[in-house]
Amino acid sequence: MKARVTVTLKTGVLDPQGKAIEGALKSLGVGGVASVRQGKVFDIELDGADKGKAEAALKEAAEKLLANTVIENYRIEVTG
Amino acid sequence: MKAAVLVFPGINRERDMARTLKLISGQEPAMVWHAEPQLPAGTDLVVIPGGFSYGDYLRCGAIAARAPVMDAVRAHAAKGGLVLGVCNGFQILCESGLLPGVLMRNAALKFICKDVYLRVERSDTPFTRGYNAGQVVRVPVAHGEGNYVADEATLAKLEGDGRVLYRYAAPDGSLDPAWNVNGAINAIAGILNDRGNVLGMMPHPENHVEAALGPTDGRGLFAGLVDHLKQAA
Repeated sequence: MKARVTVTLKTGVLDPQGKAIEGALKSLGVGGVASVRQGKVFDIELDGADKGKAEAALKEAAEKLLANTVIENYRIEVTG
Repeated sequence: MKAAVLVFPGINRERDMARTLKLISGQEPAMVWHAEPQLPAGTDLVVIPGGFSYGDYLRCGAIAARAPVMDAVRAHAAKGGLVLGVCNGFQILCESGLLPGVLMRNAALKFICKDVYLRVERSDTPFTRGYNAGQVVRVPVAHGEGNYVADEATLAKLEGDGRVLYRYAAPDGSLDPAWNVNGAINAIAGILNDRGNVLGMMPHPENHVEAALGPTDGRGLFAGLVDHLKQAA
């Protein structure tokens, strides 16, 4: 089973890297960029076929390690 | 003083720290590998040194914070044992939940390696008793992620309880954004946990202890710890 965990900064948390990327895009002349926030994507393969179990394991992974929930949110998608 | 210096893969300041602990306390610290489930018996002080544990992968300190030895550090702290985290050690303490908040990328996005001035906010803690309140000390920083951030409630509690022990300041002790090298909120350089036995700080006091190498302002922190443990014994 394949899954994706997406970790993003919470609203209001300053993201200096996102700001730098935003500045670079603007200086490259890429039009219409209002703002950029940088995040992380984890593609995870899981053993077994139980979707419920997979989601529980992914939630544990995100809470315990993948995201720092002080500043980050996460989203879990089991992709098949 | 029986100190234990934790060693994680990618840590590179553990020898500086061990040298300073030996110099100030007269006792050789134990070097404790991250996979150890226990600290040496009778450990008074756990020190988590600086460096780049696990290559700063995922987030600085995130993987080290989940190492087996950290359960022993949690147990040590829960019994009131002293813990000092410097630089990557501070990041590891935040990631492990032993200290609140998080250390983000420096506001100017650059790695900063230079001397800074710290204002010591109070002298009645094990980690500051070697200094006077309001004293300014000169110590180096070397980090890319030292920009301390916490939510408003946490920050209000830290400030209200007097748990900010060190702040980035001008040489005269005044707070000035120009001297807040990494953009940390409230110029926070070092904080204490709610129980008062765990300190995390970004600067490296262990690197300013020998006259042959420059200023010796870092000695006070370690001398204070030795003094505290002597009084407690």
